[in-house]
Amino acid sequence: MGKPNDLVQGTLDLLILRTLLPEAMHGWAIAKRIQQISGEVLQVQQGSLYPALHRLEQQGWIKAKWAESETGRQAKFYALTSAGRKQLETETANWQRLSAAINLIVNEA
Amino acid sequence: MRWLAQLRIRIQMLLRGREAARLDDELQFHLDRQVAENVSGGMKPDEAHYAALRTFGNPALLREQTRSNWSWSSFEAILRELRYGFRTLRRTPGFSLIAIIVMALCIGAATSLFTIVRSVLLRPLPFRDPSQLVMVYEHFTNRSDPFPYNIVSPADFHDWRTQTHGFQDMAAWRWDQFNLTGMHGEMPEVVQAAAGSWNLFPLFGVQPAFGRSFSESEDRPGGSAVMLTWSFFERRFSGDPSIVGKQIHLDAKPYTVVGILPREFTYPDAKVQMWVPYGADVTPEFLQYHDHHQSRVLARLKPGVSVANAINQVASVQYHLHLQYPHDPVADGVLPRSITDDLAQDVKTPLIVLMCAVGCMLLIGCLNVANLLVARAAARQKEVAIRSALGAQRFTLISGQLIESFLICIAGGGAGIVLSVAATSWLAHSWKELPSTQPIHIDGTVLAFSCALVFASALLAGLLPAISSTAKAALAILQSSSRTSVGNAARTTLRKTLLGIEITVTVVLLIAAGLLLKSFLRLRSTNIGCVTDNVLTLSYSLPAQKYDKPEKVNAFNETLLERVRAIPGVRGAALGTVLPGAGYESDDVFTIVEHPPVPAGHELPDANNRNVDAGFFSALQIPLLSGRFFTSQDRVGQPAHIIINRELARQYFPGEDPIGKYMRISAHSSLDYEVVGVVGDTLYRANEPVKPAMYFPLLEGESNMGLSLAVHTDANPLAMAIPVQKQIAALDPQLPVNDVLTLDQVIGDSLVNASFSATLVLAFAILSLTLASVGLYGVLSYLMTQRMTEIGVRIALGAQREQVLRLMLFDGLRPALIGLVSGLAASAALTRQIASMLYGTQPLDPMVFVAAAVTLLLVSALACLVPAWRASRLDPIQALRID
Repeated sequence: MGKPNDLVQGTLDLLILRTLLPEAMHGWAIAKRIQQISGEVLQVQQGSLYPALHRLEQQGWIKAKWAESETGRQAKFYALTSAGRKQLETETANWQRLSAAINLIVNEA
Repeated sequence: MRWLAQLRIRIQMLLRGREAARLDDELQFHLDRQVAENVSGGMKPDEAHYAALRTFGNPALLREQTRSNWSWSSFEAILRELRYGFRTLRRTPGFSLIAIIVMALCIGAATSLFTIVRSVLLRPLPFRDPSQLVMVYEHFTNRSDPFPYNIVSPADFHDWRTQTHGFQDMAAWRWDQFNLTGMHGEMPEVVQAAAGSWNLFPLFGVQPAFGRSFSESEDRPGGSAVMLTWSFFERRFSGDPSIVGKQIHLDAKPYTVVGILPREFTYPDAKVQMWVPYGADVTPEFLQYHDHHQSRVLARLKPGVSVANAINQVASVQYHLHLQYPHDPVADGVLPRSITDDLAQDVKTPLIVLMCAVGCMLLIGCLNVANLLVARAAARQKEVAIRSALGAQRFTLISGQLIESFLICIAGGGAGIVLSVAATSWLAHSWKELPSTQPIHIDGTVLAFSCALVFASALLAGLLPAISSTAKAALAILQSSSRTSVGNAARTTLRKTLLGIEITVTVVLLIAAGLLLKSFLRLRSTNIGCVTDNVLTLSYSLPAQKYDKPEKVNAFNETLLERVRAIPGVRGAALGTVLPGAGYESDDVFTIVEHPPVPAGHELPDANNRNVDAGFFSALQIPLLSGRFFTSQDRVGQPAHIIINRELARQYFPGEDPIGKYMRISAHSSLDYEVVGVVGDTLYRANEPVKPAMYFPLLEGESNMGLSLAVHTDANPLAMAIPVQKQIAALDPQLPVNDVLTLDQVIGDSLVNASFSATLVLAFAILSLTLASVGLYGVLSYLMTQRMTEIGVRIALGAQREQVLRLMLFDGLRPALIGLVSGLAASAALTRQIASMLYGTQPLDPMVFVAAAVTLLLVSALACLVPAWRASRLDPIQALRID
């Protein structure tokens, strides 16, 4: 079972960016979405999620806005910026290259 | 650009702080959703809450982690250190103030001097490719005179220019002076001018601001074009460009203004008001002179031709000229010099010496601050040890201590730069020998230099104590009680070493200052050879147009002298071409008719030549040694008579009576002059040795010479200026007068430079001495505190007060003695470098060395005495009770 710390370094950023691609979300929804899509394999814990979100915001890849959530409470919604979209492309490409390489080795050996 | 966006976000975070982030709200929302999910999963509310908290982890830690992303933490750490540093400095205001003042003085002085060095020596001159410009001088290769750069004669220049091909072009200029008379009744004025060959400005690459520069056809005798410098153009013609094309009257002759030079062109100095073509105001014969030197030659290198190559061509031309005129003063060689060095000739060495002195002072300042910080660090050694035991990194500890030294240096540097703005303008105004070709002011480069200096000083002053104080094994310090002084020995050694270096540098400065001061005093007390108190001088020049016959000139001069001597309060009046102490001006070669001719290939002897009136010597109290003075009979048409000075008699009439002998001065006239008198020597410049001199009667009839009138008065000579000028105006209202000064002022001009360097270096040396003694005092006081217990025990066991006093005194004096010895050795090696600035003083002058050593010993003994005395008065009971 993957604990967040076991996530490959830097992968969390990719996951968050990818998750935010279709629409803006708040932290809770991001965690849930990652969990759902990965078929409950990846569980993002708050301890890494929020530092990561704030770091990405610092980098200018995502921007945050307080808005009303689906339950009617105020929540902080994160959305991709154009720089974030570019970053997502780079990181996706990196990831694909890396995982393909790892796959090659794993399958060969 | 991304860092900009990041910075914006960070600043937003900083300004709006936690409120903007609303981190708690965000996390609370997350927690609530988790609880809600747990409840919907079937848990009880309490249970759901705790389960949510469990998965959530430690919220405080999470907050911290998230906040650390805002990245101000390192900045906050620095801020914290800064606050801490401020607080420590405020706790000891005396120390901080002294350290800041020291740094301000050091950095201020360094900044000012660097500003001047940069303008004078480093910044390219405002000409096209100034590095390609060289000055070319005549040089007598077999003469070992102190002045190897001889000015050039017009015909030599002509031959150089036409017969060599190593340079792109060569141009010449010489000093000139005119009486400017107003066209519409304005004040007549004597204007300093220069005469430059037509190609001079193109060679410089200088474009006139208005109009054009000279044409080749204007550069011939009778040419009547003039170019005005910007300052004159603004002053006299209020900057109205319509003056171009109009005429002005110079020496009663009309000249057409063809151009205005740009504002930044102030070569060779700012006093030049206008330029005329080189050949304009001279006779055709003048241009044929090979033995009449007055011009400076400027050449621009051809790309790909080396200076040596180009100069060799000129040298060979000059050598042929020398062979052609074996008896005339035609040099046998040439010598080049870069135009920057040429302009800075008189100030280069003093500037470098001052720069070194300031460097030394800055070093001492830094060492002193370092020394004080070492003492401070000693007091904090426990704190440092505890912090490092608790896991503080060494870097953090060092940076903490560095911050203090940075605060001191930044405060001091800021004050220093403000100080140097004032100091620089004062220096630039009062240091007369600085070339004014470049404006002198503080600019970006200078500021960058000062900032670098501040940074380096802070690093030097802070790093030394910081590293030493954090290098100690924490355990040893924590174990030691404050009674024992573990770990202090090394620090004391460090302080003593710093002190030793300080004192070494101080001794060098003291000795340099002493040498300069002594030579300045020598210079001050130089007897110029005539009366100098209460002497008014002024100069005028009779225009050749109006005074075209010798009789007219003589009539004016004689009447003026007669009237001036009649003014009440005037003891005497002397009129001559050059006054004693007023400069070299001119010389001529001579032969002595009765002596065998000078063998071919040998140069003829030369002597200064001056024309003087009959009462000149008695008015200036120059003694007559033999023969007689001139009389009013020595005038046009009478037998030619000459008076020589003692030096000429000594050198060229050894063991014989010169009276009645005949001298032939080829440049002067074909006449043989009979020597009628020998007078006492006078110096042409206060810091130069005596030169042989020949005096001709003023009434001999050379018409348009510039003349200087010296009036010896009963009291304040300047008060006599107006009555004397009134007499001149009464004789000729059109005649302008200039250089109204006292003879002391005239002579003093050659002292200004010497007094400047001497005073400044002395100031630096005194400051350094003060710093070193403060350092000495500090170290010894510190040592005493450290050894209080030990001394207490000694006294309790029966040590005599005198013994304790001696013990402490010698402990403090040891670094002073070591510093003194190494300082004396360093000075002995270094003072030769300033030999060229010394006058009548040897670089190894024993008196100066002894005086410096004694001063240092006295001051350091005084600095040591106070803490040593305090130690000897220690009450043993109290000392042992401490802790």
